[in-house]
Amino acid sequence: MTSFKFTKYNIGRAFIYLILLFFAFIYLAPLYVMFTTSLKDIEEIRSGNLMALPIDPTFYAWKKAWSSACTGSDCNGLAPYFWNSVRIVFPAVIISTIVGAFNGYVLAKWKFKGSEFLFGALLFGCFIPFQVILLPMAKLLGMLGLANTVTGLVLVHVIYGVAFTTLFFRNYYVGIPTELVRAAKLDGAGFFAIFRHIFIPLSAPIFVVTIIWQFTQIWNDFLFGVVYSGSGTQPITVALNNLVNTSVGGKEYNVDMAAAIIAALPTLAVYVIAGKYFVRGLTAGAVKG
Amino acid sequence: MLNFLEKNLPKIVLAPTTIVMVICMYGFIVWTGLLSLTKSRMMPQWDFVGLDQYRRLFANPRWDVAVDNLFIFLILFIVIALVLGLLLAIFLDQKIRAEGAIRTIYLYPMAISFIVTGTAWKWILNPGLGIEKLMNDWGFVGFEFRWLVEQDMAIYTIVIAAVWQSSGFVMALFLAGLRGVDENLTKAAKIDGASTFRLYWHIVLPLMRPVFFSAIVILTHIAIKSFDLVQALTGGGPGYASDLPANFMYTFTFNRAQIGLGASSAMIMLFGVLAILIPYLYSELREKNHD
Repeated sequence: MTSFKFTKYNIGRAFIYLILLFFAFIYLAPLYVMFTTSLKDIEEIRSGNLMALPIDPTFYAWKKAWSSACTGSDCNGLAPYFWNSVRIVFPAVIISTIVGAFNGYVLAKWKFKGSEFLFGALLFGCFIPFQVILLPMAKLLGMLGLANTVTGLVLVHVIYGVAFTTLFFRNYYVGIPTELVRAAKLDGAGFFAIFRHIFIPLSAPIFVVTIIWQFTQIWNDFLFGVVYSGSGTQPITVALNNLVNTSVGGKEYNVDMAAAIIAALPTLAVYVIAGKYFVRGLTAGAVKG
Repeated sequence: MLNFLEKNLPKIVLAPTTIVMVICMYGFIVWTGLLSLTKSRMMPQWDFVGLDQYRRLFANPRWDVAVDNLFIFLILFIVIALVLGLLLAIFLDQKIRAEGAIRTIYLYPMAISFIVTGTAWKWILNPGLGIEKLMNDWGFVGFEFRWLVEQDMAIYTIVIAAVWQSSGFVMALFLAGLRGVDENLTKAAKIDGASTFRLYWHIVLPLMRPVFFSAIVILTHIAIKSFDLVQALTGGGPGYASDLPANFMYTFTFNRAQIGLGASSAMIMLFGVLAILIPYLYSELREKNHD
């Protein structure tokens, strides 16, 4: 190793690393603060400061956040709502992904007169501010008897998620050579056979991207959750917000932070495990592929 | 019959989505649009009163505050996130060791919900126990930071939290763009003796035009839809000082039983999105036709 010299180049490099590390610190700080705060007791929170390490770490806040903190009028912690979110997310992700795969397949390889227009019209759904559909959707859910139910929320997430899933699959399938489809057709393969035997085996990456995207979107949703759920059927984001805004007997910041981490854990875990695909999903609609 | 099915299979597969789209997107937009022309309060009713609700909306000081806030938020959020994202991307593009790890750190906030982000920053910015106390403990006695409870400053806390959450994403967009720049181009410029600054300013940045475009559209979209972040961080307060249009719409529709007024505010939000989206799609399509 050569000894370090203060050349212009080296100072420049050092500066770049310094800036990058400084921002890494800024991005990580809130997570650090949340985590350390969640391990302190309320005395320590009042006497210490944000960056101080917990002197006497305790899981009190985590236990309370999970099973006995008050979210509005009932005090069962976040657990029931965590499971609500699970019950909403799984069916909604699976259904919207499958529908999107079929739609994308048709829009990419079985174009018909007007299919491009349909795609454009559907794409628009990725951009509308959902405020314009909130009320009529509430009416429709009421008419279907699904107001304030988990099933109703699944339905809403499927309906407004399909625009994205279709976009993902369509853009991916456009890249698969049409000659493959033609050759298979000549061999007598039909619509479903071609999908099943040619497209599905090639689709693993786009399934992962779509599933991760939908999972994060739906798990993190608040707007639909707060409008279409009733007492007992709220998803975790709504429960977290209620928990933070319920102050029975003094504010417990440690419980708030433990609850926030619990609400964030599933999507964070997905990000850590499959970050590459997560990024691809984020940029899929943005960077022209 | 079977032949007919076989032939129309693609259309049949697309039919359910099409029907749902026509009803639940376009039908619902029309429904909300019509509702905004009635004097509905608690329940939808269909006595049309023309643009009365829009007049009431624009005369409502709370809506004024929400729209002003949106502009403050939009401009600051977009400019800061773009500058920060671009700088970090350029720095990260200098053959940095542990690039992957640093990128992961910059981007993880994007995986978290705005409610969690809001909850975390509400605690960090807590007047008294948050950053203020930290700075005091670190020796900056008398340091004050009470934006969260100040009428004029609360909206800026939303900017801080939103930039924290989204700038890593902008960085990822730019990094992908930078990686797409032809290396020969930059090499040639270096041989010609261009400084790094001039290289980026005159050659690389102009090539990033489409990325700027996409990033601005996405950030605008995030900003206009921002509802949860405000709800979790400031609750729209103090008073209604940090309301955004989405929060206005929610409050008047669901808490105040003024659904006609709520519908008119939703329609204005839609028009706002369209005003940005249509030129974007237009230029995208024109570019594609040129290819």
